[in-house]
Amino acid sequence: MQQGLSRRSFLALAGATVTASGLAACGSAGPGSSVPVDSATMWGLTGASQNYVDKSVAAWNKAHPDQAIKLDFFANDAFKPKIRTAVGAGQGPTFMWSWGGGILKSYVDTGQVLDLSSFLAQNPPVKDRYIPSVLSSGMIDGKTYALPNNNLQPIILYYHKEIFAKAGVSPPATWDELMALVGTFKAQGIAPFALGGQSKWPNLMWIEYLLDRIGGPEVFRRIAAHSPGAWSDPAVLEALTRIQQLVDAGGFISGFSSITADSNADQALLFTGKAAMLLQGSWIYQTLKTGAPDFMKSGKLGFTTFPTVAGGAGDAKNIVGNPSNFWSVSATAPEKQRQAALAYLKDGLLTPADVDTTITDGGVPVLRGIDAKLAGSADKEFLTLVYRMATAAPNFQLSWDQALGPVQADALLANLDQIFLKSITPEQFVTTMNRTIAT
Amino acid sequence: MIFAVFALVPLVGVVVLSLTRWDGLGPITWDGVNSWARALADPVTLNAIWVTAKIMVFSFVVQAPVSLLLGVFTAGRQRYRAVLAVIYFVPLLLSSAAVAIAYKALLDPNFGLGPGLKIKSLAQDWLGNSNLALFVVVFVIAWQFVPFHTLIYQGGVRQIPASLFEAAQIDGAGRVRQFVAITLPQLKYTAITSSTLMAVGSLTYFDLIFVLTEGGPGYSTRLLPLHMYLTGFKANDMGAASALAVILVVVGLLLAVLLQRIGGADRSASQLEGL
Repeated sequence: MQQGLSRRSFLALAGATVTASGLAACGSAGPGSSVPVDSATMWGLTGASQNYVDKSVAAWNKAHPDQAIKLDFFANDAFKPKIRTAVGAGQGPTFMWSWGGGILKSYVDTGQVLDLSSFLAQNPPVKDRYIPSVLSSGMIDGKTYALPNNNLQPIILYYHKEIFAKAGVSPPATWDELMALVGTFKAQGIAPFALGGQSKWPNLMWIEYLLDRIGGPEVFRRIAAHSPGAWSDPAVLEALTRIQQLVDAGGFISGFSSITADSNADQALLFTGKAAMLLQGSWIYQTLKTGAPDFMKSGKLGFTTFPTVAGGAGDAKNIVGNPSNFWSVSATAPEKQRQAALAYLKDGLLTPADVDTTITDGGVPVLRGIDAKLAGSADKEFLTLVYRMATAAPNFQLSWDQALGPVQADALLANLDQIFLKSITPEQFVTTMNRTIAT
Repeated sequence: MIFAVFALVPLVGVVVLSLTRWDGLGPITWDGVNSWARALADPVTLNAIWVTAKIMVFSFVVQAPVSLLLGVFTAGRQRYRAVLAVIYFVPLLLSSAAVAIAYKALLDPNFGLGPGLKIKSLAQDWLGNSNLALFVVVFVIAWQFVPFHTLIYQGGVRQIPASLFEAAQIDGAGRVRQFVAITLPQLKYTAITSSTLMAVGSLTYFDLIFVLTEGGPGYSTRLLPLHMYLTGFKANDMGAASALAVILVVVGLLLAVLLQRIGGADRSASQLEGL
């Protein structure tokens, strides 16, 4: 080489260093934690509940510095494998966020969560504050293993009021009306439905509702009970066929299989007017309030129940979704952390301040007697609809990927994805899913 | 010692785990070869092997010529070569996950680069179409790893004695003739190293593809390492995932040995004979 570091190569090196350090500094600093290292740990989800959990734990830590909680947030899709791996390795958090159902059962079967039945018996105010049907979703074999911790999350049909007004149509009350709307909107160059196909779990909402409307809740109950051949029920085939008919008719926005729900891309399609409707959970109301405030303030978001299917056996008032999310307490955490966790569940969870935060954010806490507060909020139309839907529903079906065990859930998501992509037929789906019951 | 701790012990662990049945939470039960049977009987596994083979071949076809030409260019003495070399190298410095997130946003059919610039042909459903997704994956991998192989080739070209080129020039050989007759043959061992890394690397590509497509749409970009992860951590079948891991290790080793044999690295031939 020539004499030492030439000016040119020095400049190049400086340029590279600046670029590299600029890129490295692009990440945001993690949340500053001033809690002691051996505190109870809590893993929450980003998105709708994040604000209220953040405030709730901050208030608790301020009032009880000796029983402080260390809080971390994770995105939904990343959280699910992460917590299972951590719990399996014995490094799980003290507070375990779950949806109840099959995953909670797998924690119970492996002795990873505390039995909270005696805790509830000793603290009647805690037990009585919850809506009974939601509280019972945290029970396995008659014992309580998880307490509801946030809001009612039924699946709702959202629509863009302005697009509907321009087209001169109203939201569909029956499936046939829905199929007719597909043609109307396509003629105007607007996608009828947005769908977060890459995340796969938004696909579930369609088959959950369709199966319930067509065959009633007993069909899935048989599937969840692992009765052999339960997937072969004709209602399953009909539901899948109707989904594929909707796909064929162009009901979903083109490119739906590359749209993720975690990044709120499906919501963006709705509020930017590229899609007319979206079938999603009540939680997106809260994210829309922060992500699209102008859209929400101008009252362009409409919401209604899922249409009925002609000749279906299911009650039109049945809903699907998540009754709530739950906190379980790790059975393997040190005694001090468990005590702190139980203290928070007793006095720090869903305090009146938390209730106000949740309602202001646009969610309905899973508590009894909050009708007055809901009616007094700025979002009372949506909140009272959700509250009525959830409390009046004869059956509130838990999302299938949570209700079933992990192996079946993974097969279900992969095969349903292929149904939407039209790579397999409904009959092949049924055969594959029946095989997962057998193994 | 370090190799034993970080490579051999986990390898033995995985082989043992592949003979058990475990869902990540419960007890580990001895299962014999059932996990192997489950892993191999799954049609998705065969598809994953096929996808891996396709990615390996396409990656090689795209990356090898580009890296070679860029490597020769950056080894030369053109003006601003050093600055351009640094710029070409930047993609490799970026985290694969960050690259994948950025490309996912750019390739979004509704909010990405195509719709933004209003270029219709760029606004395809890149990551949602089973046929396009694989080529997009190959492109993004190439974008990130061409700099790495460029560096290897650059080092290789620098090693060629200048006297060979001078002799050729005296004999009247032009640039192209010099390239074909001197540069390419002298780069033989470099090419083998680079190709081995490319081939074995494509057996371990995980983070980029996981973030970009998660194996989708359907199973069209679900290559074997990704299939192994999803079997283990999504479907919670650790036994089958371990069986797949052992298959990956064996195939990787065979591939590396094969490539070295083809290149004749064991014949201790020198490329500098007569100099």
